[in-house]
Amino acid sequence: MSIHLIANLSYIVAAILFIFGLKMLGHPNTARRGNGFSALGMFIAVVAGLTAEGIVSYEYILGGIIVGSIIGTLAARLVEMTVMPEMVALFNGSGGIASLLVGWGTLYSGDIGTFTAITVLLAILIGGITFTGSLIAYCKLSETFIKSGALVFTGQRVVNSLLLMGMIASAVMFCMDPSPDSQWLYVVVGLALVLGIMAVIPIGGADMPVVISLLNSYSGIAACAAGFAINNNILIVAGSLVGAAGIILTNIMCKAMNRSLANVLFSGFGAVKQSKAIEGEVRPISVEDAYYVLEAASNVCFVPGYGMAAAQAQHVVKELGQILEANGAEVSYAIHPVAGRMPGHMNVLLAEADVPYEQLVEMDDINPRIENVDVAIVIGANDVVNPSSREEDSPMYGMPIINVDKAKTVFVLKRSMASGFAGVDNPLFFGENTRMLFGDAKESISGVISQFN
Amino acid sequence: MEVVFLTFILVLSVFLGFELISKVPATLHTPLMSGANAISGITLAGAFLSAGAMNSQMATLLGTFAVTFATINVVGGYLVTDRMLSMFKSKSKSGDSK
Repeated sequence: MSIHLIANLSYIVAAILFIFGLKMLGHPNTARRGNGFSALGMFIAVVAGLTAEGIVSYEYILGGIIVGSIIGTLAARLVEMTVMPEMVALFNGSGGIASLLVGWGTLYSGDIGTFTAITVLLAILIGGITFTGSLIAYCKLSETFIKSGALVFTGQRVVNSLLLMGMIASAVMFCMDPSPDSQWLYVVVGLALVLGIMAVIPIGGADMPVVISLLNSYSGIAACAAGFAINNNILIVAGSLVGAAGIILTNIMCKAMNRSLANVLFSGFGAVKQSKAIEGEVRPISVEDAYYVLEAASNVCFVPGYGMAAAQAQHVVKELGQILEANGAEVSYAIHPVAGRMPGHMNVLLAEADVPYEQLVEMDDINPRIENVDVAIVIGANDVVNPSSREEDSPMYGMPIINVDKAKTVFVLKRSMASGFAGVDNPLFFGENTRMLFGDAKESISGVISQFN
Repeated sequence: MEVVFLTFILVLSVFLGFELISKVPATLHTPLMSGANAISGITLAGAFLSAGAMNSQMATLLGTFAVTFATINVVGGYLVTDRMLSMFKSKSKSGDSK
């Protein structure tokens, strides 16, 4: 039995482990073991990869693995849970650049046919877009260098179309003479990197859940393209599994905003401004009064948004939840699919604060019984509870929301009266049954907690 | 023929992926995403040849960087997913970390 055959058999084992791992990630009880299975599969695939024919020196490989492991371990261990979206974006990016480099490196392995040249170009294109796109997503999420809002300029589409045409033209030129010394190669690499930047800058902060899951999908597709370039089954299988997973998540996120993917990618939603001002009176409430209402409540529902992450309020929220439970109230946490900056962002934060996952309720489960909720506490959420999405003339029309305005009382914890990422005013704040608790979410909740004690 | 064979694998895996993922509860979207992301670091298995074949200096350089970035993706991705999943607790057994 040749070593080549053993390597290929190991790839089959690895693929099976990936598949089971992904399947087990679908249930809270088995998810952790599933991730372990998938990691084991990766280990087997990597060891098998090391036996590939033609490797003569292991120094650089070992060096790369050591450096990468140190960086990866430190990043994974030290990062705060609140900056998880940024972290995921950076990991996506490093997967993308790796595929780009593998594709590029393949060109040095000898004579390249047209088919291989095309797959190499695809790996470079998708990998490059994933890399710079993820970096821009990172910058937007952490608000370093650029603001989180959509960046739109006149002629953007023209510029992008020109870039794309230039890309295709240089790709064709490269395929005519696929050699690593071709200057067209550098043009392709450069344009792929620029395209990644251009693809993400017009997308606003609130749409980040879509972008991150889409980039996740791209990183898989890039690995898949690299697999075609080097004729490697496991790259194709694993890459397409990831690609499919990312596309499904992207689709879920788009549905949760009632928008098409094309609309998210090209419209620069954050730039839309609503002309109609909302008339009405805002009713503020003090911490003491909030305490009296909560003390009497028998059904309380927290509705968190990105503001909870920004204020790091998840621990005090959970503490208040426990106090209310001890006080005899039924407590739940209603989570909108696009609350926060990545899919499932709020769930992770509340899990970090030790909220049992049975108390985390999805939008479709809470809405039918929202009338029974005595107090809905909106913490740093805005667009996902904006009732104007039910009005046809609103730019947000059709987006499914958590209907907190139908609860008996709504507390909105908010720093100021600024509108959400979508830039649309929120009639919820002017509602009859709405009370605004202004100030830092963490301090406000701590204040309420101290009233209980 | 090789091309057809690889495409065949691709198509089947995509369908399998759609089937596998479609029923994940919203609670697990983040771990699913970062777990899937870690799998996309599989490029590592393909990066070795470039880094170790000593075809040219440039290829070795590209390969070494590819190995480094893919390792960051794999190691970081799995560890951070595990860290997140360790926090998800059921009510009945909150307290112990299993």
